[in-house]
Amino acid sequence: MDNITILLDAPILLVQLLLDGLLAGAIFALAAYGMALVWGVMNIINVSQGEYVMLGGFVTVLLAEAGIHPMLGVPLVALLLYLLGWLIYRLVIFRIVDRDLFISLLATFGISILLQQLANQIFGADVRTAEGELGTSFLFNGMVTIAHIKLAAALIAVLTGGALWLFLKKSRLGQAIRATAQNARAARIMGIDTDRVYATTFALNAAICGAAGALVAMTWIIHPYFGLVYTIRSFMIVVVAGLGNLLGVIAAGLGLGAAENFAGFVLGVEYQAAFVFTLLVVILLARNLLLGRKRQYLK
Amino acid sequence: MFRMTKILPTLCAFTLAWSALATTSVYAAEMITLGAAVSFTGKYSTNGMHTKNGYDLAVARINETGGIKVGDNTYELKIIYYDDESTPARGTQLIERLVNQDKVNFILGPYSSGLTKAIAPVTEKYQVPMVEGNGASRALFTQGYRYLFAVLSTSEQYLQSAVDLAAERASAMGKEPSSVRIAGVFENDPFSQDVRAGVLDDAKHHGMKMVIDDKLPPEINDMSTSLTKVRALKPDLLVVSGHAKGAALAIRQVSEMKIDVPMLALTHCDSAQVIDKFGKTAEYALCASQWDRTLSYKDEWFGTAEEYAQLFEATYNYAPPYQAAESTATVLTFVDAFQRAGSIDKEKVRDALAATDRETFYGHIDFDNSGKNIAKPMVLYQVQDGEYKVVAPTKWASSELRHPTPPWSQWQP
Repeated sequence: MDNITILLDAPILLVQLLLDGLLAGAIFALAAYGMALVWGVMNIINVSQGEYVMLGGFVTVLLAEAGIHPMLGVPLVALLLYLLGWLIYRLVIFRIVDRDLFISLLATFGISILLQQLANQIFGADVRTAEGELGTSFLFNGMVTIAHIKLAAALIAVLTGGALWLFLKKSRLGQAIRATAQNARAARIMGIDTDRVYATTFALNAAICGAAGALVAMTWIIHPYFGLVYTIRSFMIVVVAGLGNLLGVIAAGLGLGAAENFAGFVLGVEYQAAFVFTLLVVILLARNLLLGRKRQYLK
Repeated sequence: MFRMTKILPTLCAFTLAWSALATTSVYAAEMITLGAAVSFTGKYSTNGMHTKNGYDLAVARINETGGIKVGDNTYELKIIYYDDESTPARGTQLIERLVNQDKVNFILGPYSSGLTKAIAPVTEKYQVPMVEGNGASRALFTQGYRYLFAVLSTSEQYLQSAVDLAAERASAMGKEPSSVRIAGVFENDPFSQDVRAGVLDDAKHHGMKMVIDDKLPPEINDMSTSLTKVRALKPDLLVVSGHAKGAALAIRQVSEMKIDVPMLALTHCDSAQVIDKFGKTAEYALCASQWDRTLSYKDEWFGTAEEYAQLFEATYNYAPPYQAAESTATVLTFVDAFQRAGSIDKEKVRDALAATDRETFYGHIDFDNSGKNIAKPMVLYQVQDGEYKVVAPTKWASSELRHPTPPWSQWQP
């Protein structure tokens, strides 16, 4: 109750909470974007999603230590993670593409443990950060502050999302990816090299997550074990947005981020996660009820 | 016949080898073996390494200065290590193994309260004394354990000195200590909740009000909602406890969001390396520490705290964090108990441990009935001009406290 009184006394804080929530949500949306892609195209729920975010973060920190500004490092990180994603596809993922969902859960869970422990061995268990040093803006007489790094991170997240959407819509390879997602067998008959499509999709996912990781290292903190948070959050966003709805993923990411921040403020931080999961259940129930009323057909 | 000629020398060689082994084991009797399951891998691996380095430095020092005189015998020290992979279940298995297979009678603690909690019932079951320097949770000392001894200050004391300091400053500025308003942000794990309990106790003692009391989930990596509250309520003291994650986040987000708070107190600043990572934005932050090299403690093995720190630096090429110093003190406590017990019988050593009352380079060690050290205070650092300076308790302070922290608008890091 006290917390609501604070908001009533200083309603300008709503702006701060909304901004922080949206900016955080944008980064979550980026990781979720990758998950939606892999899930939609390959029918694999990638449990190692958060680990690519984590690796992206560590690469950014290393690049920053080598003197490369973390902002400039983002494309480089994405490229490196793309290669890693490709490698992991060629080693493991291609074996599980057409298999049972359970097998793919197990395999990606294994990869996630492996990457976590490798990161721990190579980079150490310490908390790390990369400094963007971009400054802070004051709004409304200093009551609202925006760290420029968060703004830049959100901008990069939205731009990457947009570029990816365009790529899938317009480019030849993007069309092949969408065709494979719709019907892999038909796509193969039409001469699409689905193996290559899968490899590209998985590598693209790793690259997007890597970029998200770079942003996380600049805005918050990273350590080898923070991946799971991003995996779960991505999963949730994708479930809320629905598969194959990539713009919906961005909207859901931003919305959940903002809702979460308000809940954290009003109910207390300890109920923040509980609130988000309750919200998920409510959304799923509501959607189910609506579906019952309206017959759906494939468009 | 041919076969016989082959077998005979083999048999002889075997017998010889056996007798040689037997002789070594006679020499091995002059060795006291300590056992430790420490995290070499997993999330505690960095602090696990500090723990091991601390133990090893003590063992090397004891052995090169002629070992330990116990009754009429002189013993050298040896440690058998296993990697507990930062998981409690593995820790308990390894302690079983150390006691049952390796026949170790003396256990050195692991890193973290969680691991210590997991293995204490095992050492208790086998009645094997364990001295530890890295499990601070006060829940360890409410179970009536007889064989557990801890050289460090328990976790509820971590930020109490910050509350006392805030009270002191309020009085100095002509205000009532009870007018101080505290904001607390604590991770929802046993350690930080202990820290919180300590802060709450002390706040009650001074009649202060907790205006914010947030619990961060362990996996959180954002405290902007709590800091937004801090901006609205303008407390006089902000305390944050959330291991290295919490410290790094607090420094980063307080400076990014330009939150003005006259006093900010944290735990685990040094493991978060806030000075190296955040430079000037970490200025004015107060950090709880178990030990510091500038303190005037000393002992016959390492000399002063500063001399210990220099030796550690020369050996491992980094300045000793308190996690290493308290690990070294753990071994020294055993050594002292062996000497006073005049025996390596584990029951006698346990009794000698219980009667410990002595100074080490790490501080005074005197266990109460529950096995925790009640003689050593926590110290509070402040980041001043890019260095940690001890500012509290006043008896050990090497520098004046800089207070209040100027608002961000008047100060550019």
